[in-house]
Order: sequence, then structure tokens, then C-alpha cells
Amino acid sequence: MKKLFLAAFVLAATVASAQTVQINGAGATFPNPIYSKWFDEYHKVHPNVEINYQPIGSGGGIRQLSAGTVFFGASDGPMTNEQITGAGFRILHVPTVLGGVVPVYNIPEVSAELRFTGKVLADIFLGKITKWDDAGIRSLNPGVSLPNVDITVVHRSDGSGTSYIWCDYLSKVSPDFKKTVGVATSVNWPTGVGAKGNEGVAGLVRQTPGSIGYVELIYALQNKISYGSVQSSDGEFVRASTETVSNAAAVAAKNMPKDFRVSITNAPGHDVYPISSFTWLLLQESPKDVARSRIMVDFARWAISGGQGFAPQLGYAPLPKEVVALELEALNRVKQ
Amino acid sequence: MKRSSDDRSFRIGTGAFAALVLLIVLGIAFELTRQSALSIAKFGLKFWTTSTWDPVSGDFGALPFIWGTLYSSILALLLATPIALGIAIFISELSPRVLRQPLAYLTELLAAIPSIVYGLWGVFVLVPIVRKLELATPAALKKIPLFNGPPLGVGMLAAALILAVMVIPFTSSVAREILKNVPSTQREAAYALGATRWEAIKVAIGFGKSGIIGAVMLGFGRALGETMAVTMVIGNSPQVSASLFKPQYTMAAVIANEFTEAADELYLHALIEIGLLLFIITVGVNLLSRMLIWSTKRRAVAPTIVTPIVAEEVAA
Repeated sequence: MKKLFLAAFVLAATVASAQTVQINGAGATFPNPIYSKWFDEYHKVHPNVEINYQPIGSGGGIRQLSAGTVFFGASDGPMTNEQITGAGFRILHVPTVLGGVVPVYNIPEVSAELRFTGKVLADIFLGKITKWDDAGIRSLNPGVSLPNVDITVVHRSDGSGTSYIWCDYLSKVSPDFKKTVGVATSVNWPTGVGAKGNEGVAGLVRQTPGSIGYVELIYALQNKISYGSVQSSDGEFVRASTETVSNAAAVAAKNMPKDFRVSITNAPGHDVYPISSFTWLLLQESPKDVARSRIMVDFARWAISGGQGFAPQLGYAPLPKEVVALELEALNRVKQ
Repeated sequence: MKRSSDDRSFRIGTGAFAALVLLIVLGIAFELTRQSALSIAKFGLKFWTTSTWDPVSGDFGALPFIWGTLYSSILALLLATPIALGIAIFISELSPRVLRQPLAYLTELLAAIPSIVYGLWGVFVLVPIVRKLELATPAALKKIPLFNGPPLGVGMLAAALILAVMVIPFTSSVAREILKNVPSTQREAAYALGATRWEAIKVAIGFGKSGIIGAVMLGFGRALGETMAVTMVIGNSPQVSASLFKPQYTMAAVIANEFTEAADELYLHALIEIGLLLFIITVGVNLLSRMLIWSTKRRAVAPTIVTPIVAEEVAA
């Protein structure tokens, strides 16, 4: 009897594996919660498709995709020209959802929500503004009595898309920041302490009076951490939310480059949060394995349209319609 | 005939396993060198001595990480060694018989706690205490470079303290084993000559000296490579500073932090070269401890560690 069971089991397993198509991908950790949800939902509708995603970091995803060890990648920052040349094949960047990065701070004496400009944030993270009662911060926050306390800067110690977006924004608004720090997933910070992950930064900020750091909007929302508003390029002070982040992408749709490699930080327009960014799925444009490619394109079409419904409940900002239309067209370029 | 061939195949088999160890070590060294070739070619020996770490402009120097690793490990060693040896001596020489097993078991339990748990404890318990300590430091003392720095809590002192706590169980368990294996004839001889209890313990320690140095070096090796707990409390800021309060960085921590996102070739090679440096330093420390053990052994009258184990069996 036991043997019979075993034989039946083995048979069932072989039959199942013969029909199941497995597709492996790797990359950014930031979109992992929604990607897992999407792959799970997609599997429910297409039981024969199993998409495995390893959230090993954007850099790792780009490396593995270039080396051909995974079928698709994912990244929080667009691939550089060098990286694309290095890969040796054409890669389509597919924006999937959006994220924002928010400044979090801990000043026990202040309960009001602070306002920042990009310039002030850049100067704080450059170590040029060192006290909370600095004239630059005070003039933005009339009526708030800021204490004469040293500012402790907390940044990410691990390479991260969050740092990339933060530095991308600060570099756009401060030439000085661009020159001395620059934009990357890890940079050479002139001041402050490094903590690992959003939870590390938030934890250290919570513990350290007088500190300021930056975390993903999702992380701040889920953990109910209060954060400051930031002045947009139109001069409004905008509080980050899934809507104000999506607005940034809608504005960008008008001048969207064909390859979708675009930075949408400091975007113009009304009610636009300036520290926003896409996260991208990286697909091969003309892969040898056409069967898998067909599935990935089908999945991507669903993810950027029907799949967007899952975004707000998971804290991600959904893609605006204008961008989705452009992407659906671009997906036709993929060989399938 | 059959039996001698058995002997031969057994010898070849075990020999192959032994050779495997050597091959693995050589393989690691080879692979680390190969994968850091770009960085080695570009920076050469300057990699050891410069302190800029700028992934954006592609300028890499490992000095702050080497400094942070050695400084935190040596501080941890200074803090942990007296405590660990105290524990070992108490358990093996002075403790009441009923307490001996539970105490030994508890110290070994400390060694089994995963380092991430130590890290969390560090973040939530140790760091706030260190911050209070730093805030309470008088201004006069702050002028000394050792205590100069912002009261952040995270920094070199927190890292050294947590490393010390993590190292203690290793050093003390091995030291306790060594003292346990000192033949009772040694102590009896000391007592026969009219020695006090303290003097008899000194004799036992002298007998096991080389083993105890080994135990201390084992702790040092553990401190050098510790990653998770350290990165959670050291502040991760690459700078060479004698200050206990300033945030610093270690080699293992920077690899763990930056490896996943390093997409640029030179950057990746520089990170792997840090791994190579850590490998070289660890091998160096091990060689040093070997030499230390050899030199004490040559001077000591006592036989090697192997003998006491045999002697104890006879005594038992």
C-alpha cells in the first residue's frame, strides 16, 4: 500500500513538473512584497506558471541578469549605459510601481510637523547645517521653537535604492551635494552614522534625540512614523502619500524617454512629492527562450494594469494611466 | 594481503580529506585574489593605507575598515580576557561541585546565541546605556582623544562591549577545558611543597599557558570576523579615529552592507579585496598565536597539551 502511494506521488510529481514552467528572477528588495503578491496571484490564474523572485538587491539583480543566471531582473535605479553594454543584450525597463522617500526626525521639544526644502536637507546631510535652530530651518518653520541642539544625521549603511533616490533628489537641488557626494546606492557620506535597512534608520532616529534620517514612505506609513513635508519644485510644501508620489509619475509621462530610464525626483506640477521614483522590472528584449518571454510579457501587462489594484493596500503608489499606456506599447517590442 | 590493502585505502582516503582542507584554503585565497584583480591592479598597496571609500567616484581605500576591525577586536580582547579567565578559573578550581556543571553549561549557552540576537540586544539595551555614559562624561575628560566624540550611543565603545560579551564564552570554555586537563599531580605537588590555594592555581595556569593563549586567540579570531552584531552598533562610518565614542566601521560589516548593491565592477572588486585583506589578517593573527604558543611551549617545563589528557585518564 505504502509503495503504491509513493508511486502515485512520484507520478503526480513528474506530471506536474512536466507541465509547470518555472521562471527565475532576482533584484531589488523594495518591491519584493508586491512582486511576491503578484507572482502568487498570477500563479492562481495560471497554475502551470511559477515565477520565483529572489530579493537580493538591485545590484545583485543586474549582475545576475547580465550573467544570464536569472531570466529577469528588477532594480530601484535604472541601469547605467555601462551596465547595459556590459550585459551584451537589449534590456527593457518596465516601471512597475512607485515609491517615495521621506525625512524622519526626532526632536523631543518639537511636536509640530517640520517643513524642509531640498537645499536645507542637502546642507544637513553635507554636515553644513549642524544645529536644529539654524536660520535656514527656522525660516521654513515659523512658529515652531527649534532647540539649540546638535543634528545627528542617520543614513543607510547598506547599499540601497532608498539612498539612491534620496541622493538623486539632493543632487538635483544642490550642486554642492552633487559634487561632494553624488548619486549611487552607497555613497561616501561626509557626516553622520550608518544604520542597516529602513528599520535600522528608523530605530536609531527614534532612539537618538536631535537626529534626522530618511526611510521609504511605505515603511513610515506601516509603522506610523511621522515625517516632514518637502518643498516641491513649484514651491509648495508637499506631504508624501501614495497619491502625491503617483502625481510625480503622471507629470513625467509627458516627457517619458523611450527606454523608461527616467528620474522623477523634483518633478514640477501641483501636489507633486519631489522625492519619488519608479522601480523597474528588467526584461530581455530578445531572449532565446521565447516561451518564457511570452509568459513574462503577459505577466508584465497584467501587473501594470490589473495588478496595480494591489499597490495601495501594500503602501506602494500605483502607476498613473498615462505611463501604463506607454508601457503596454513598449512591451510589444519584446520578442515573444 | 587483504588487510594491508585496507590499510592503504584507508590512508589514501583520510589523506585525501586532509589534503582537501589545504585545497579549500588555497582555493579561497586564489578566488579572492582573482575576483579582486581590478582593484589590486588599480590601487596596489595604497589600498591598505588610504582612507577614502567613495563608490560614486570609484576611489577605494581600506584603512578605516582595517583600523576599525583591529581596534574593536583588540578592545574586546582586553575587556573579555580577564573576565573569561576569571570564569574559567572559578569554574574549574574554586566553584562548589554542584555549581560547576550548570555554570559551564550556561557559559556554553552564551556561545550558542545567534549574533543577530546579540545585535538586537545591543541596539535596544546596550546602546542607550552607552549613550547615557557618554552624556555623563565630564567635559574635561572629553578633551582626551579617547573620549572625544558625539554622544550617539552607537560607536566603537558599543561595538567593543558587544564583541567582548560574545567572545567571553568562547575563551572561557576553552580555558576551562585546558585547566580541567591539567593533571592533578601538578596541584598535589604544589600543595606538598606548602603552596596556598592561589599558588597552586598559579601552577595550574602556568602548566596550561600555551593552551590558554590559544583560547584567547580563538576569541580574537571570533571578534575579527564578527559581522552582524557589530554592524548594528558601530555606526558604520569609515573613519580612522582613536575615539571610543565616534562611529566607525569594520571590514566584515562593509562587505555585508554593500555587497548586494555593488553593480559596478571596480566597486565589487574592491569589496572582495577587503575580504582578501580580512583573510590575510586572520591568517596572520593565527600564525602569530601559533608562534606565541610555540615559544611558551619551548620555555615551559610542562609537556604538551596532549599529555595531560592521557594523564587525567590515568588519574581518573
